[in-house]
Amino acid sequence: MPLFATDESGTYRLTGELTIFYAAMLKDELVALLGTAKAPLSLDLSGVEDIDTSGVQLLLMFKREAARRGASVSYSGHSPAVLAVLELLDLAGTLGDPVLIPNAVR
Amino acid sequence: MARDALVQEARELLAAMEQALMQIEAEGQDAEAINAVFRAAHTIKGSAGLFAFERIVSFTHIVESVLDRVRNGSQPLDANLLTLLLECSDYIAMLVDAIAARQEEQEPDAERRARLEAALTALLGVVTATPPPPATVAQPQGEPQGKVEVESGESVSSDNWHISLRFSPDVLRSGMDPLSFLRYLGTLGHIVHIVTLPDALPAAAEFDAETCYLGFEIDFASPVDRQTIEGVFEFVRDDSDIRILPPHSKVAEYISLIDGLPEPSGRLGEILVKGGALTESELTRVLAQQAAEPVPAKPLGALLVENDVVPQAVVAAALTKQKQGEEKRAQEQKFIKVEVSKLDALIDLVGELVIAGAGANVVARRQKDVQFEEATQALSSLVEQIRDAALTLRMVPIGEVFQRFPRVVRDISRELGKEIQLVVTGADTELDKSMVEKLSDPLMHIVRNAMDHGIEPTEARTAIGKPAAGTLRLNAFHESGCIVIEVSDDGRGLDRERILRKAIERGLVQPDQQLSDSDVFRLIFEPGFSTAETVTNLSGRGVGMDVVRKNIEALRGEVEVLSRPAQGTTVRIRLPLTLAIIDGFQVMTGEAVFVIPLDLVIECVDVSSHDTRHNILKLRGEPLPFVRLRELFELPEAGEVRESLVVVQYGQQRAGLVVDRLVGEFQAVIKPLGVLFSDMKGISGSTILGDGRVALILDVPHLIQRTARAQAAQSWPRQASALSDR
Repeated sequence: MPLFATDESGTYRLTGELTIFYAAMLKDELVALLGTAKAPLSLDLSGVEDIDTSGVQLLLMFKREAARRGASVSYSGHSPAVLAVLELLDLAGTLGDPVLIPNAVR
Repeated sequence: MARDALVQEARELLAAMEQALMQIEAEGQDAEAINAVFRAAHTIKGSAGLFAFERIVSFTHIVESVLDRVRNGSQPLDANLLTLLLECSDYIAMLVDAIAARQEEQEPDAERRARLEAALTALLGVVTATPPPPATVAQPQGEPQGKVEVESGESVSSDNWHISLRFSPDVLRSGMDPLSFLRYLGTLGHIVHIVTLPDALPAAAEFDAETCYLGFEIDFASPVDRQTIEGVFEFVRDDSDIRILPPHSKVAEYISLIDGLPEPSGRLGEILVKGGALTESELTRVLAQQAAEPVPAKPLGALLVENDVVPQAVVAAALTKQKQGEEKRAQEQKFIKVEVSKLDALIDLVGELVIAGAGANVVARRQKDVQFEEATQALSSLVEQIRDAALTLRMVPIGEVFQRFPRVVRDISRELGKEIQLVVTGADTELDKSMVEKLSDPLMHIVRNAMDHGIEPTEARTAIGKPAAGTLRLNAFHESGCIVIEVSDDGRGLDRERILRKAIERGLVQPDQQLSDSDVFRLIFEPGFSTAETVTNLSGRGVGMDVVRKNIEALRGEVEVLSRPAQGTTVRIRLPLTLAIIDGFQVMTGEAVFVIPLDLVIECVDVSSHDTRHNILKLRGEPLPFVRLRELFELPEAGEVRESLVVVQYGQQRAGLVVDRLVGEFQAVIKPLGVLFSDMKGISGSTILGDGRVALILDVPHLIQRTARAQAAQSWPRQASALSDR
């Protein structure tokens, strides 16, 4: 299961699969989060075990939507699965935020 | 099937191309028409490229290069080039035919292709040679080059494949992940550069998490061939937009790419860079200048051209894209494309509905239940409307056939050295789509014949005071349930004596036989009959006119020839409006039920009050030949019946059919007769009645001819044997 558990500060944690199976549900939660949370938002991706195109789209959309509402979102702690996809799609610049590419992955 | 769609689209585009070329020839150069020609060639090439039909891509490419020069004014469009372009469009049509026949691996006519290519490249060569190179040479290395030659033939410098992917929005829902295709692609080579295009991502409110919005532009280094790369996307190819350009593709192919991509022209610069039409440094230069520009900044496209980093053609293509998109949308709203087989299935079903409705009517009448009868009557009137509506779906204007002829007339008149003008009227007369296809060859034969034999050479015309230019007319109109198509010329007319002489020579008629003009003219449709004294390239080999008649008769139609010496000839084709369902008039003889097409029925007369000797009846003072169906079909005598006579008319001729009983109007769904009955005269098909019985549909044109002949035979009994068809 993906979902996210909250930290105390402004950090939220995404875990499990970021795939088509959960995309619709996750989208609603992310949008709801934008409505309630105080800026700036930080999303911890270290628990993401798998991510597909729908997941990438979600992350892109979330960031755009936040910007549109004058908020800001940053992603952190990219898991190896996320990093691999960001590299495949050359999206590290867009979704990498603090570009942390661990040696293990390189 | 995508291949069929490609073939159909290409054929439509070729027709448009030809039409535009003809328009240029008739009305002089016109930027819009030249653009139309260019667009057609360009789109054909683009779609063929998607399927890797290399033969058509490489040929069209050269044509397009020449057209591009015409478009930007560096190549004059003279009569010779027009002819060359028309020939090229013919050759592209052959290549398209090869694709349709699944023989795209073979060159249809290598010699012709070589000749055309040589002529095209000669034109290209001349122009590239003229701008003197010194200016360019004098420029120091590394500086931006002078004017970029607007030339779509040049190749880009990129060594990589360029792949543009726009997946179908439903790809995720169908259980496929674009990422997995990219990963697999990565195993075949090296993804040098990839741009993920999030342009299509909507705002959160419209965002559907299960729809795929992302597009990808990929530069890919790999030694594999195109097929292997295409294979990667095999499962998504049908619904998705996938474009693959090989290394060192022509600029024109990138134009085509830009044309096809959905991103707005604001993304132009990025797409161009990622597409390899520009290098990064060229774009950086442009962007730097754009930042320095005072507001309002020029559009990126203009800057690119100003800096000569992009061939103008590329930018023009990107900028006109939006406009084309709007035009396309407007057209889409007006028409939808439907597979013909679907329409046919619908019409079959409507046919069954008509039969079932007739069945219900019969039951209702037997039940003698007034309400039930009323209900079935309401139903039948609706069924009738549905039938008519369904049939009009298949109706197309005959202009679809006629539009080929300006070109044909032009080419043939040149070949023959005659000046001939074509006048087309009634092009919006509609007829069944299935007939359009079968009509085109017979018409072609008739038109060729008219031009070759009918219209005299210019000197001969002026000598007898006719206008030097001959006139060929194509006309179409509706007449009592039929469509009539006429091909007329103002030429010398048919030579009655010569036709008769030839027919006697060949034993087709007896020397002492009396024949009316129309009987004589009908002889030209006999197999192997030609009166031409010289065999020309076009006609005169005695094949053609008999094929014409056969084709027309296969459509349940009729051909007739009218001719006047020195004034011209008209070939008139009469065809039924539809091949599927007719309003019929039901009659009975003994126990047998027959159906006569209602459109052909004039009136019904009680026979008993008339004198019926010699199978001729005097109706209001006019003699009317008739035939008894009982005798014709050798039905048993039924004893005392009160016979009726149905007067039928086809074209200008009338005849009577004597039957036992008149039953009434009836919608008949025509079922073709089996092969066994194909030689049977007098019957054109069968239909099923409401109570399940089979009725035969009478072939009225044949019966009328037959009675007319029988009458002639009686008037001149001596020649009867030569004319009877038994």
